[in-house]
Amino acid sequence: MPDERNLMLAALLARLADDCRHVVVGANSPIPACAALLAEAKAPDRFLVTILGSQKYMQFTEGGRELFDYAAQGRMDAFFLGGGQIDGQANVNLVGIGDYPNSKLRLPGSYGSAFMAFMVKKVILFREEHSPRVLVPKVDFISAPGSPPDGIFTRGQGPSDLVTGMCHMVFDRERKRFRLASIHPGHTLDEVIAQTGFDFDHDDTAPQTPGPTDEERGLLTGPVREALAGVYPRFVAKTFAQTAAA
Amino acid sequence: MSKEFPLLDIDALVAEVEDGAKVVMPPDYTGAPMATVRALVRKGVRNLHLVGAPQFGLPAEILIGAGCVDTVETAGLGLGEFGLAPRFRDAVAQGKIHVKDATCPAVHAGLQAAEKGVPFMPVRGIIGSDLPRYRNDWMVIDSPLGDGGPILLVQAIEPDVAIAHVPYADRYGNAWVGLRREIMTMAHASKRTLITFEKLYDGNLLESAEMAPGTLPSHYVTAISRQEKGCWPLGFLDWYETDVAHMERYAEIARTEEGFARYLDEHVLNAAEAA
Repeated sequence: MPDERNLMLAALLARLADDCRHVVVGANSPIPACAALLAEAKAPDRFLVTILGSQKYMQFTEGGRELFDYAAQGRMDAFFLGGGQIDGQANVNLVGIGDYPNSKLRLPGSYGSAFMAFMVKKVILFREEHSPRVLVPKVDFISAPGSPPDGIFTRGQGPSDLVTGMCHMVFDRERKRFRLASIHPGHTLDEVIAQTGFDFDHDDTAPQTPGPTDEERGLLTGPVREALAGVYPRFVAKTFAQTAAA
Repeated sequence: MSKEFPLLDIDALVAEVEDGAKVVMPPDYTGAPMATVRALVRKGVRNLHLVGAPQFGLPAEILIGAGCVDTVETAGLGLGEFGLAPRFRDAVAQGKIHVKDATCPAVHAGLQAAEKGVPFMPVRGIIGSDLPRYRNDWMVIDSPLGDGGPILLVQAIEPDVAIAHVPYADRYGNAWVGLRREIMTMAHASKRTLITFEKLYDGNLLESAEMAPGTLPSHYVTAISRQEKGCWPLGFLDWYETDVAHMERYAEIARTEEGFARYLDEHVLNAAEAA
């Protein structure tokens, strides 16, 4: 059986990027890569996917800097971003846990996030682990800010959505707070509240995150699976186990 | 006019990298100069200032673990799918190294400023992040031209030495980087460039219309050394895959200083490539 949770997450992320043309996925991000390829499969005439670290899904010929120059011109529509810590104001920390600079747990670093935050039209935060360790009241270091400071030049306004292994939240830019949009199957509102380290807005009940439609499932287990196998073979083997025989 | 370059052994290649040098390296997926890094460890170089162009992993991790590094300037330092870099993580927690945290386009811009011979370069975005608070070589000004408003300036990054691994070099010291053009920028920005390569190109790369556009000309290149599988245990473009078993073992064993010392003994200090 395929991993239903991964298929659902990919379908959800792909829908969030539905209105985009060029999506960029960071290195070591198999589920966002799967989502970007699904969005492309749904609209192949107008969609372009770049996957950092892949040779096939890299349409730049001037080295690493060209991608950032391209973004600075406003040519890039969406970016999937993870985070060591994410706080209730949508700030992202990729640098380390504890007081900077001698972080107790040093993480790799900010990579392109500090720049991409306001240079890409849409930033979608994705982190599978949903726990108070990751979703904190205030990050220890701001790699990518949740909202732009007054007066700075922007191409986009920062994160619009947060997707975790437990739920989907939407960021309200006016209130600078997350609002619960849906809960994934198998989880409850009480669980989401208990496992989230920051306050967020929600109704008494929340809808369940829908799984992939028949069309999305067909694309995921067909062309997306095939395309992704060249980039993330181990992820594909795990997520699409045994669907080959079907 | 084309002077021939000697093909050095790997330990001779690094002979003139001095203590305290600022050394720039490409990302791990681009041509990580692992053979050169092992030679630097054997040489016992100290107080290096490493620059990731714009980020890196195992090369910096090994040099930090071996006590060769004083400062790391990078947008990121990790082992990708093999997790955090354990020697880097411990060195930061213990305050043993200084980290100049950057973000990818700021490093690219700093190297491009050096390439152009100008003192700084403006970069979009980044303002609002905590990064500029800790960088005394960055500055926010009101843009005097264009649409105005605050804009970040980053100081030029001028490395002493660029090191990289590439597919081909020829006898005249030209090095073919192909699509990996960040290696060109690194070399243009640096005082010296040390190249390792997989295969010797028969002829002069600059005389081939197909190869010349992806070629770093020899006047930027200081010395070359042929190192088959020079990125090992990391992979190299279409040439070879990452040695997964080795990387998994490294990520495990390097969690402790003792384990890392055993790793150095086995794979670095007594490596087959050593002179």
